[in-house]
Amino acid sequence: MTQNYRVENTGLINRDKKLSFKFNGKKYSGYEGDTLASALLANGVHLIGRSFKYHRPRGFFGAGVDEPYAVVQLFRNGETEPNIKATEQELFEGLEANSVNCWPSVNFDIGAINNFLKIFLPAGFYYKTFMWPKSFWYRIYEPFIRKAAGLGVASTKHDKERYEHKYEYCDLLIAGSGPSGLASAYAAAKNGAKVILAEDKPRFGGSLLTSDVNIGNQSGRDWAEGIVSELKEMSNVVVKNRSQIFGYYDHNMLVMSEKISDHLPKTKKFHPNKKLWYIRAKEVLISSGSIERPIVFGNNDTPGVMLSSAAKEYLKVYGVLVGKNPLVFTNNDSGYETAIEFKKNGIDSLVLDTRKNPESEIINEAKSLGIKIKFSHVVVAAQGYKRVKSADIASISDNKKQLGKIENIKCDCICVSGFWTPTIHLASQSGNKTKFNEDIDAFIPGISKQNETTLGAANGVFSLEETLKTSFQAGNEISKKITKTDKKIPIPNVVEKKSSQHDKFWCVPLPKGKNYKRFLDFQNDVAVSDIEIALREGYRSIEHVKRYTTLGMATDQGKTSNLNGLQLVSEIENKVVPSVGHTTFRPPYTPVSIGAIVGREVGKHSKPTRKSPMHSWHEKNNAVFVDAGVWLRPRYYKKGNENLFEASKREAKNVRSNVGVCDVTTLGKIDIKGPDAAEFLNRVYTNAWLKLPVGKARYGVMLREDGIVMDDGTTTRISENHYHMTTTTAQAANVLSHLEYYLQLVWPELNVNVVSTTEQWAGAAIAGPKSRDLLQKLFPKSDVSKEGLPFMGYMEGDLFGVKARIFRISFSGELAYELNVESDNGNFMWEKIMEVGEEFKIQPYGTEALSTLRIEMGHVAGSELDGRTIPYDNALEGLTSKKKDFIGKRSLQRAAFIAEDRQRVVGVVPLDKKTSIPEGSHLVKDANAPLPNPKLGHISASCWSVEYDNPFSLAILKDGKNMIGKKLFVMSPLKNKIIPVEIVSSHYVDPKGERVRS
Amino acid sequence: MLYINCPHCGMRSQNEFSYGGDASIKRPELNKEISDNEWNDFVYNRKSLRGKHLELWQHISGCRQWIKVERDTATHEIFRTFKADEEVAS
Repeated sequence: MTQNYRVENTGLINRDKKLSFKFNGKKYSGYEGDTLASALLANGVHLIGRSFKYHRPRGFFGAGVDEPYAVVQLFRNGETEPNIKATEQELFEGLEANSVNCWPSVNFDIGAINNFLKIFLPAGFYYKTFMWPKSFWYRIYEPFIRKAAGLGVASTKHDKERYEHKYEYCDLLIAGSGPSGLASAYAAAKNGAKVILAEDKPRFGGSLLTSDVNIGNQSGRDWAEGIVSELKEMSNVVVKNRSQIFGYYDHNMLVMSEKISDHLPKTKKFHPNKKLWYIRAKEVLISSGSIERPIVFGNNDTPGVMLSSAAKEYLKVYGVLVGKNPLVFTNNDSGYETAIEFKKNGIDSLVLDTRKNPESEIINEAKSLGIKIKFSHVVVAAQGYKRVKSADIASISDNKKQLGKIENIKCDCICVSGFWTPTIHLASQSGNKTKFNEDIDAFIPGISKQNETTLGAANGVFSLEETLKTSFQAGNEISKKITKTDKKIPIPNVVEKKSSQHDKFWCVPLPKGKNYKRFLDFQNDVAVSDIEIALREGYRSIEHVKRYTTLGMATDQGKTSNLNGLQLVSEIENKVVPSVGHTTFRPPYTPVSIGAIVGREVGKHSKPTRKSPMHSWHEKNNAVFVDAGVWLRPRYYKKGNENLFEASKREAKNVRSNVGVCDVTTLGKIDIKGPDAAEFLNRVYTNAWLKLPVGKARYGVMLREDGIVMDDGTTTRISENHYHMTTTTAQAANVLSHLEYYLQLVWPELNVNVVSTTEQWAGAAIAGPKSRDLLQKLFPKSDVSKEGLPFMGYMEGDLFGVKARIFRISFSGELAYELNVESDNGNFMWEKIMEVGEEFKIQPYGTEALSTLRIEMGHVAGSELDGRTIPYDNALEGLTSKKKDFIGKRSLQRAAFIAEDRQRVVGVVPLDKKTSIPEGSHLVKDANAPLPNPKLGHISASCWSVEYDNPFSLAILKDGKNMIGKKLFVMSPLKNKIIPVEIVSSHYVDPKGERVRS
Repeated sequence: MLYINCPHCGMRSQNEFSYGGDASIKRPELNKEISDNEWNDFVYNRKSLRGKHLELWQHISGCRQWIKVERDTATHEIFRTFKADEEVAS
């Protein structure tokens, strides 16, 4: 098909570059600079989709962001994206798009049967009908409604596109590049202010692209072009097209989505698809213009019925006729502008004006051009199914209640103008208290809450002369305050046609005996009758009417429907619109890709990955890694065909019989210095710290104020006023904040400084009966004998020329040491340990073996210190001092915490000594008790004991103290397991702790 | 996103800070006899004020200082900010 509806010599498209594209499988052509909508209209295609509820045929209604119908499924470079507005999607070579919401095709849609059943689908139908029987909801109603209601289909594939985020600061952020945006940006830029000017469309200029005006002796369009090219040259100005400011948040933070690649067949290499800008602006100027609102009449959703401003835009920007026999239906002068443009391109139209005898320059021009006009006339109903074929028109009485004789007139499109609605979304999002302006029958911004000013049509100012004057002024005055520069700009003279008062008319009454659907919300299929039902059923608040009928709740957020809905409610309720009030505007103003919101924080990039200095050694030695907080830690080192279970058992056994080495760099480390450090530790930990000598380490437990264990670890006194604290890997950041809180706010009199040194030290634990022999060979000059370096002792040593810290502490329950060297020497230390340790049969061990070793020793860790347990629960009550006060001590007197049958950590062994117990399982007394079976406790950690070669678990069990020796059942409904078990002491191996002291 | 004036670093975005709750809560002194109710109030009970609220924030991605912020909980307006040890005159 050729572009039969394209006119010569009009439009801003590039006729030298023809593009081909496909819609619903059929091939068409358009030009560079087209949107998908304008290209389809150029080919005479009006039928684009089916409506949401009744599956009625739908066409194009607008030409931009306000479009309620033309939502398509887009295919680009092998990917698919749902819910793209054809009016916003720029055409590119090879574009493919499909209709949504229809099956099997847009021309024959089975769902259209809803249209004939519409009497059964009134407002609230779903609420009333699908409520019972209750069991039907999940099985029958919900799947059916979902299938019938969805818009596009999201891709299930991984999104290969890249999205970026950018943070920016500016003096003035200006939303919209129409006359007010350009004038204020220009004035502010001349004062030296840092300006960002954002335009959602590809072309700058807003209404100047389509209006017939003169500014400073040139056309409005040329003036806009001149200003934009001057702004682009200025270093203090950022000018962005295809960029929608969609949200106005607290403290003048606005978010803008910049489309970088959507207009291209595929994203350029190293380019993102979209960029999300977080902009903190000192001042915001909102010049977002206005959106034409429709007049409501019968069958006003028929393809071919559209906004008169859209028809004008298709003609002036794209050189496309939306019809060759147009009817213009207006209540104000704007409709005449469209009729005049048609006439200039050789198309005669008929104008129906609801007003009786309006007079203005524009009407006179239309008359002198010979355009036919019928005053006091309305469109009663559009006729035609997939395209307007004719219109029923009639005269209307002065009180707008009685229709005259109905006459049918042939036409192929109806261009409607019901006057203009300022786009106040951003102002309202910022907290502006909007007010109703009787002169224009719409809301405009009132008192600002944040530093925001609304200008031009968005502020209800429709005269170009006044818009330019106020915008130049505002741009100058607001920037002047920031830059202290006052550069006066002469305001250019403006030639525009004066308009006359619009008619306060918005809905055509139904003729006698007819029951036409008159739609308010075109995307959600909400008709006048639905609002009437809602009000009849007692819904009064506009917020309730909205939710009951879904008026304005579609993806277009009611840009064309909200005010007409309000007018209807106020008329039926006999209230004035301001007292009905409008529903809340919420960001985003237009739909934003989830990908753009997520940005680069996808998959592995959603958080930093931290690696120890020995990471590459682990990699080379077949380590299998596991996420431990944000760290990657070796879980086990794979030998041959070993699995996790076999490898961790081998590693743990080797620790128990020889010696193993484990990377413990990830442990949190905090350096504590100051004369009051001992006193501070004494308050932070539950046990006593004042008498810890230099060169000694101590195990400590810290609580939150509510008595719950926060963290545990060892702290070593390096010198008189210098301590080295270790925390668990997961709690490192929280513990530092906790210490800072008490030092800065609670006890500022303590002279102590804390700083994180986690990344400054590389750590290796060497554990096992042969670890002392190994240590002696690593530090031949140091005395690391039992007496020289006793349990919980500390010394510094020389590791082949590298300074090392040696702690005799143990997590595995074996004779063990931890070595720390500066991170840069970590790998050197590790390789030396492996080299020297060879003769002692050293093997590295990962976190899985580490867990096994600590579990069978009954050492509590994160899975027991889970934010719900107190020291007693973890068998740590011996470490709570009776003599001194500490953080959280007072809470330990709570009745529940001192109850006789308080929960406590125990060991659990399966009776068959074979069945592994799933972590998280529940302990119950009777496996056959009726559900819900009372839970006595839960399995916190499980391992295969290498000491006894059978499964062993730790559990937090109610009255654990008195349960040792009892037989219970472990139940895991998830794993479908019931295991008879015996409760034993949590200290399964070496209960007296002889090995660590050996 | 809030824009908070850190008394040590200047204007910074909210995502550099972490929230620390009501700044008017005073921890009971150590080693002091204290009733269950008093302790309960300190640990658990907080007012959910509408309006001016003095609260703690920590500049965790900046200077790591705990600061006091006077903020309107309904409008998010921030009136004043203080260093941890600054007296807040009402």
